[in-house]
Amino acid sequence: MQNQEQINQLKNTVQDLLDEAKKQGATAAEAGLSQDNGLSVSVRLGEVETLEYHCDQGLGVTVYFGQRKGSASTTDLSLASIKETVSAACSIARFTSEDSFSGLPEQQLLATEFPDLELYHPWDVNADKAIALATECEDAARSFHPEISNSEGASVNSHQGIRVMGNSLGFLQGYAATRHSLSCSVLAQRGDSMQRDYWYSVARNALHLESAVSIGNKAAERTLRRLEGRSLSTRQCPVLYCAETASGLLGSFIGAISGGNLYRKSSFLLDALGTQVFPEFVRIHEQPHLKAALGSAAYDGEGVATKPRDIVTGGILQGYVLGTYSARKLGMQSTGNAGGVHNLTIDPGTLDFDGMLKELNTGLLVTELMGQGVNMVTGDYSRGAAGFWVENGQIQYPVEEITIAGNLKDMLKNIVAIGNDVDYRGNIRTGSILVEQLSIAGE
Amino acid sequence: MTDLLNLARQAVLTPSGLQDGDIEKIMNCLLSASVDDADIYFQSSHSESWVMEGGIIKEGSHSIEQGAGVRAVSGEKTGFAYSDRIELPVLLEAAGNVKAIVRHGQQAQMGMIKTAKWPRYYPIVNPLPSLATLQKIDLLKTVDSETRKLDPRIEEVIVSLSGTYENILVANQDGSLSADVRPLVRMNVSVIVEENGRREQGSMGGGGRSDYNYFTEQERALNYGKEAVRQALVNLEAGEAPAGNMTVVLGPGWPGILLHEAIGHGLEGDFNRKGTSAFSGRVGERVASDLCTVVDDGTLPGRRGSLSIDDEGTPTEQTILIENGILKGYMQDKLNARLMGVKSTGNGRRESYAHLPMPRMTNTYMLPGQHDPEEIIKSVKKGLYAKNFAGGQVDITSGKFVFSASEAYLIEDGKITRPVKGATLIGNGPDVLTKVSMVGNDLELDSGVGTCGKDGQSVPVGVGQPTLKIDGLTVGGTSV
Repeated sequence: MQNQEQINQLKNTVQDLLDEAKKQGATAAEAGLSQDNGLSVSVRLGEVETLEYHCDQGLGVTVYFGQRKGSASTTDLSLASIKETVSAACSIARFTSEDSFSGLPEQQLLATEFPDLELYHPWDVNADKAIALATECEDAARSFHPEISNSEGASVNSHQGIRVMGNSLGFLQGYAATRHSLSCSVLAQRGDSMQRDYWYSVARNALHLESAVSIGNKAAERTLRRLEGRSLSTRQCPVLYCAETASGLLGSFIGAISGGNLYRKSSFLLDALGTQVFPEFVRIHEQPHLKAALGSAAYDGEGVATKPRDIVTGGILQGYVLGTYSARKLGMQSTGNAGGVHNLTIDPGTLDFDGMLKELNTGLLVTELMGQGVNMVTGDYSRGAAGFWVENGQIQYPVEEITIAGNLKDMLKNIVAIGNDVDYRGNIRTGSILVEQLSIAGE
Repeated sequence: MTDLLNLARQAVLTPSGLQDGDIEKIMNCLLSASVDDADIYFQSSHSESWVMEGGIIKEGSHSIEQGAGVRAVSGEKTGFAYSDRIELPVLLEAAGNVKAIVRHGQQAQMGMIKTAKWPRYYPIVNPLPSLATLQKIDLLKTVDSETRKLDPRIEEVIVSLSGTYENILVANQDGSLSADVRPLVRMNVSVIVEENGRREQGSMGGGGRSDYNYFTEQERALNYGKEAVRQALVNLEAGEAPAGNMTVVLGPGWPGILLHEAIGHGLEGDFNRKGTSAFSGRVGERVASDLCTVVDDGTLPGRRGSLSIDDEGTPTEQTILIENGILKGYMQDKLNARLMGVKSTGNGRRESYAHLPMPRMTNTYMLPGQHDPEEIIKSVKKGLYAKNFAGGQVDITSGKFVFSASEAYLIEDGKITRPVKGATLIGNGPDVLTKVSMVGNDLELDSGVGTCGKDGQSVPVGVGQPTLKIDGLTVGGTSV
């Protein structure tokens, strides 16, 4: 297989990096290398807008002189550049401080099994085929309804790459992976109201992509339903996060239990391990070894083995999200999360989206959030929102130019129901989430 | 100027042995199809960063990025390819792929290589060696220890220092070859304070197109620490923020991200050429009260958002966006300017050689007005005074924008009374400036911390404004 040859070649380069680090006096080292190439096309108003050929490569090295550390990276993979990069990292390590928590992972935590996670599915798409697909998608959106008035276009992206990493403990591994996507964004106009929305599909395997027509239709539908949105009066009410916005809520939770925020004591969930963070019915777990999933990996960014595990069981926090350094700072062990979580999953409930609307009864359905208004230290939460006002389980009218606010600590505890309308397009897999009560600010 | 060009040639081309003649070969390959525009963008960027945390120098890193991007434009179509290998065969292949976007047409030849002259707004300097490594370490340590001395409630101090030395070279199909040397430095101090179990944070930083000595001048670095601590301590006292529509007074300087989000993005040429912006087709119309004049200006000396030339080789300028409340024009790159029948305003920017240029802001700010800032506060019976912000976002089609206050106070009976927690403010871009009823005489630019994201591309920008009074903006607090 051509890939295996290329992986072996890159492994040799990583080994050269590690050898060079040793030669320059480093007591330990870690190196990584990546090569990616891809194609992106976008079609707007039926015409090709851009045709882009991507080709990226880069290497990074971290060296340790005892407990002192230095890092360097470059896009130039030549032999001369390898020497220079290692020497740049070494010269930095002469100035950083002794840090008793720094260093490579414990040998026994490194991954030793490397199952085929089926992450590599090349797509024989050329520019012409990609243009045809994007055109089909945009056509479906534009012909969906006469109020679809303009377009930002449809795009096809196809990327494949190889990642190799190694360290001076003898770890040296690599794998190939692909990622393909199809997306569409259109505008609708009615009177003075102009709105834009989008839909997309992304997968490791192009066969798993949603059809071009379905993506176009959904983009159009989502845009149309936003027309003539209004603000709400300031009030308190229950809020239903649709699956796409719910993943952001879980993202904030993950941020709060991540090692970096915990050891810096800049988290609203300090010392929450073993305590009730969610209601009893909530289970959140990681599934790093799912075949062909977007967040799958046999090892993390440091080579530590990933493991399926529960993060929340019965609403109680079971574990943090740690890499080697933050684990040592907390007196714990790495959880295989250097670089983040892997297919984080919140167990779905029994209700579908319509059932969740009925459960909400009267309140706000949030379909879009804007801005960064989340304070990790205090959990204070205040974000711009758009969505729909719901009465008796029925969507009444679109809502915009409002904010929703609360404190994340309370919001997580006040989750009432989780839908089974799971969004599988990201590294966080969740259905819609209903939160008991939040403050809405509007006109 | 020839010196500048030679410097860039040396930094970007010499390591890979590329000559001017090779640039002509690549360009002539692009021009074998009928194109409206073609360019080759060479870039070499060296950067470093240092972080002090927990009282130790914890991290240091160094990175080198280099490569070239090749682009051909015909009508509204763009073909683009790039490589991190600045080598003739690689770039010829890229050019061959790119011109496939244009299927037929006449052949042309690149003009004779010529160089233009333009003013420069920052020094030709490599910031990385401007301080010896030990001096950088000392600077971090001094800021750390001086900041920790400021208050016993300080729990943690994180100080970071980073610098970039970038050389670019842009070849256009008319034969013009433009170069720029772009230094950029940045420093930041963030602190966490604790009192009676309550924890809060504060953060302050700055920088610009200069070298590291910028931070020791006027005790800037130490002042970042003081300001971060002041903000964190204010937040320790902050109560619930109000919720609802109210009069909002924005402080001078960084709160100018209001202009960046509410107005700026909506006035970028690409959205307006395509008719997807809430401001599309509105040149000549009133979009703000007559107190408001807003400009985008890439020519401010040494500012973080400044550029001598943009990434298409066009010299930057001061572009008037809104004059006395009337929309005057948009920010343009070459492609959108050509399609709209206007001139590029020097706003064609790209994150790197691996990204396509598009219209982007440089330094966006509002000119000062008549009022004393105290007078403005005095005029408010009940409202919010927002002094610092964390960031913002806009939907350019609906015009809805948000920005998040990180330091805010209640105004009651013309007086600033007590601090309230940070809250998101939301409004409608085309409306918000029509509600500006007072403009202060205290124009300030931000300290040099802004980074703007668009279509996944990040570029450094600046903002600024005088104190502003807005009669009605929705404040997203919890106190209903």
